[in-house]
Amino acid sequence: MSAPVDIRAGAGSSLREFLHGLPGVDQVGAEARAAMLASRSIKTTAKQWALDMAISMIDLTTLEGQDTPGKVRAICAKAKRPDPADPTAPQVAAVCVYPDLAHLAAAEVRGTGIHVASVATAFPSGRTSLEVKLADAKYAIDAGADEVDMVIDRGAFLAGDYQLVYDEIAAVREVVESSATFSGSAGRAHLKVILETGELVTLDNVRRASWLAMLAGADFIKTSTGKVSPAATLPVTLVMLEAVRDFRATHGRQVGVKPAGGIRTAKDAIRYLVLVNETAGEDWLDPDWFRIGASSLLNDLLMQRTKLATGRYSGPDYFTLD
Amino acid sequence: MPKFEYAPAPESRAIVSLRESYGLFINGEFTPSADGRAFKTISPATEEVLAEVAEASPADVDRAVAAARRAYERTWSVLPARERGKYLFRIARIIQERSRELAVLESLDNGKPIRESRDVDIPLVAAHFFYHAGWADKLEYAGYGPAPKPLGVAGQVIPWNFPLLMLAWKIAPALACGNTVVLKPAETTPLTALTFAEICQQADLPPGVVNILTGAGDTGKALVTHPGIDKVAFTGSTEVGKEIARDCAPTRKKVTLELGGKAANIVFEDAPVDQAVEGIVNGIFFNQGHVCCAGSRLLVQESVYDQVLASLQRRLATLRLGDPLDKNTDVGAINSAAQLAKIRELSEVGEAEGAQRWSPPCELPVKGFWFPPTVFTGVSQAHRIAREEIFGPVLSVLTFRTPAEAVEKANNTPYGLSAGVWTDKGSRILWMAARLRAGVVWANTFNKFDPSSPFGGYKESGYGREGGRHGLEAYLDV
Repeated sequence: MSAPVDIRAGAGSSLREFLHGLPGVDQVGAEARAAMLASRSIKTTAKQWALDMAISMIDLTTLEGQDTPGKVRAICAKAKRPDPADPTAPQVAAVCVYPDLAHLAAAEVRGTGIHVASVATAFPSGRTSLEVKLADAKYAIDAGADEVDMVIDRGAFLAGDYQLVYDEIAAVREVVESSATFSGSAGRAHLKVILETGELVTLDNVRRASWLAMLAGADFIKTSTGKVSPAATLPVTLVMLEAVRDFRATHGRQVGVKPAGGIRTAKDAIRYLVLVNETAGEDWLDPDWFRIGASSLLNDLLMQRTKLATGRYSGPDYFTLD
Repeated sequence: MPKFEYAPAPESRAIVSLRESYGLFINGEFTPSADGRAFKTISPATEEVLAEVAEASPADVDRAVAAARRAYERTWSVLPARERGKYLFRIARIIQERSRELAVLESLDNGKPIRESRDVDIPLVAAHFFYHAGWADKLEYAGYGPAPKPLGVAGQVIPWNFPLLMLAWKIAPALACGNTVVLKPAETTPLTALTFAEICQQADLPPGVVNILTGAGDTGKALVTHPGIDKVAFTGSTEVGKEIARDCAPTRKKVTLELGGKAANIVFEDAPVDQAVEGIVNGIFFNQGHVCCAGSRLLVQESVYDQVLASLQRRLATLRLGDPLDKNTDVGAINSAAQLAKIRELSEVGEAEGAQRWSPPCELPVKGFWFPPTVFTGVSQAHRIAREEIFGPVLSVLTFRTPAEAVEKANNTPYGLSAGVWTDKGSRILWMAARLRAGVVWANTFNKFDPSSPFGGYKESGYGREGGRHGLEAYLDV
């Protein structure tokens, strides 16, 4: 990887040169690699381990206009004890809600170690002023979120205004860093940066946006809002995992990855874990460094977990609604 | 211990029903060899004896050639072309139906990972038959005149690296063009060819159109020197290829040879690095490097040498070597003790000549024939490991400074089968492809095959083409 460059506010041209100097991504090759890794056969003990790991990496998400306090309480209960019939099932990593419901979620999961993630910065489009975006992030933190999932300005990115995107991320990072977290847990709140790869389209853009977000201070890079199709895909996540691997090698800082949206089956989730294992490496096989943004996925993981333990499938009514 | 340890995921052997012994397939029937001689075929991963196979004598070659001649004159050459096509379509469909069985058998007998036999070899075998089935009744549009005629009886000798795929490359075009065949599979990998003989029976192919003779070098020599054949097709070593060329020179036999290679895989500084590393791995560690067109010489532009080498070494540490039938295996067994000895010898020469040898941490099974993925750095054009075909999982890394130097080094070899170019510049790909003296030039990929794409070599890599419209010429009287 190229040597790190001095990225400062106002140094827009050097940022551009750096991002365009990153090695290209051959789409055919990246898709072939992702497809090959998807053909790994994960059985018995490996599957057991992977199912539990996947559950513990879930950001259990509800991001609907129709969300209510009751709905948020329900997913929090599920997050704490995903399988009421089996206390050995691990709890999930976080619940992910809109900012106005973050205080409810925070109250529900306090003391459990489950994080409260809130989307912010005019999620999902990001189409508002920086002032409103910063206020949105601050509101989420004050309400008790210890993780903020911000969206980047895709319009600015596609127009080539990388500096604007960088500055916005850095500004949100400052807000997130300076606010004391409501829960007081584990130091400062974390910043996840949503690239919305379905709108960036090319894998070259995914690699550049990943580096841009990491340089600007992202703790996590996240594929999608879940509101745009396609959401997370294996090739996109492959490129992001290569980016965090290379970023740590040159900058010494480890950044997490979160595919979100469209991951519905245990089989899919395990494919992502294989991708992590053989791309970024096992340092990322940890809920602190890899998350899966999902909702219906959890029940399939629980169903497969029960199947593995008992040898039988039970019906969907044996698992709780979110 | 790794966090995420993949549990064994072996493909079941139950789908394969091996016979204790196999005869020769002559005139539509399995028959013992005339002198009763036989040899054993083993699994290179475990040294387990899989079956006993008849060894064809010159008398058996006579019988098989006579059967092929009869079938050519009485049935196959007078059959309407569309009927020939139907048989080939039928064979292709049966191959698809029995693909899992064929994949398991191929991995057992050859040692290649099931992932490759399942996802590459067998699908390509079926594709070759489908593709050539389509040509059977359209030969007048192939550009070889209004009514191109077949040659007659083809004697075909194939290697052990892609046993069933090489059979398909040989038999599908021969039959499509109206020839009949006598084919000798390699002595270490006869089992899928014998199962193919069963498939010919299952497809009701007229007796004698396809004859399979198992045996070693002597059988092959008896076949290619037999006066009753009209066409010789050989894939294998350059040494044997030259001998066949000498044997056939004073005859009227038409000959095509697909021989060795020492391909350059050329990585420019603007290459998509992660995909180039995948291409390097696929180029030399696919099928344990038992590939005539393997990218065994890596030429890296000096400005990105450190980065590419570091990425490559990191990637090689994730390769999974072991049981060929395990669905997660990336690198299988070396095909035979003899081949393993040759790989070891050349690797020792590489070290003795001063190149630096590196392999990822990698535990080799105790039984069977195994060699770890190996990379030699500090290699120069003068080293034997940069000149000679190793035919194993051994990569020689060289550097270059300019495109012209890359071309010069890539072409500075007695071989010329394939080459790879990795760059984001389309114009450079075209510039390179025009100057590389290699039958196939892959751009931003490697070891990709398709029945519609002709394959063959320059110089000591042989002559003639297989696949595509060009490949038909080898089996037509033109």
